[in-house]
Amino acid sequence: MQAAATKETDLISRIVAGERELFHDLIRPYEKMVYLTVLSIVKNQADAEDGAQEAVINAYRHLNSFRAEAKFSTWLTMIAINEGRKRLRKAKGAAEDSIEELEAEKEGDYTPAPLTDWREIPLETLERKELREALRKAVAELPDIYRQVFTLRDLEELNIEETARALRVNPGIVKVRLHRARIMLQKKLVPFLKTVAPARKGFFRRAP
Amino acid sequence: MKLECKHVWEYISEYIDGRVDPQVKEDIERHLEHCEICSAILDSTRNILILTADDRTFELPVGYSERLHERLKKEIEGAEPDLKKK
Repeated sequence: MQAAATKETDLISRIVAGERELFHDLIRPYEKMVYLTVLSIVKNQADAEDGAQEAVINAYRHLNSFRAEAKFSTWLTMIAINEGRKRLRKAKGAAEDSIEELEAEKEGDYTPAPLTDWREIPLETLERKELREALRKAVAELPDIYRQVFTLRDLEELNIEETARALRVNPGIVKVRLHRARIMLQKKLVPFLKTVAPARKGFFRRAP
Repeated sequence: MKLECKHVWEYISEYIDGRVDPQVKEDIERHLEHCEICSAILDSTRNILILTADDRTFELPVGYSERLHERLKKEIEGAEPDLKKK
């Protein structure tokens, strides 16, 4: 991890010093992250791809303003978020967006769906394509503020503080939104799991 | 302290992230030992996170990487902004 970070810092200095083609290598590990970040905001594949390209080009053009004390991934995520928000504003206007966010914050029941048979769900069920599809759909349907936090934290695996910094909200808000997002997804996927899961012993668990 | 289910639910997300105080963690674990419902909720939420992190769940559009690097190549070869300035 440490070695990777040093390699990255080294790459950045070389690019800034003139070896520009190395930017291809710098960005490669983050291509997917940039795309998913923009997608979490614009919610449509074609826009997300255009936005991701634009974000990467912006990062390239402004690499000289990147400061080594920040994490490159967080800096890049912020550029991707800005690009996504810019596109969203163009598409629907800022006022509407902020009202929608306020509404999303208030409403909703954030209690999980009880189930007793999850433990019976075999690994093969979790391997099913339909379940992945259901999860993608459920994430796409989350209210914007929850989808963005969930994407950065659980999909891109930024920590709470990095997610807060990237979205310019405080860490407390990130924790609340993350919790609600996870519970909303749990609730949406439970009925689906109940219908596809044959009863059988054997379970797939992640250690705490 | 003895926790009720609804209190355990409030902590699910932070518990999964290992962000609860040791005392709360212990209370939650004691509750989970005898509560099937909360155990199942916890496991299902964790599994959703496993699926989310699985590379096959959220895939890139076909050809995305090639198109991105092609655009980048043009930018690098073409505009050539002076990165050292400012």
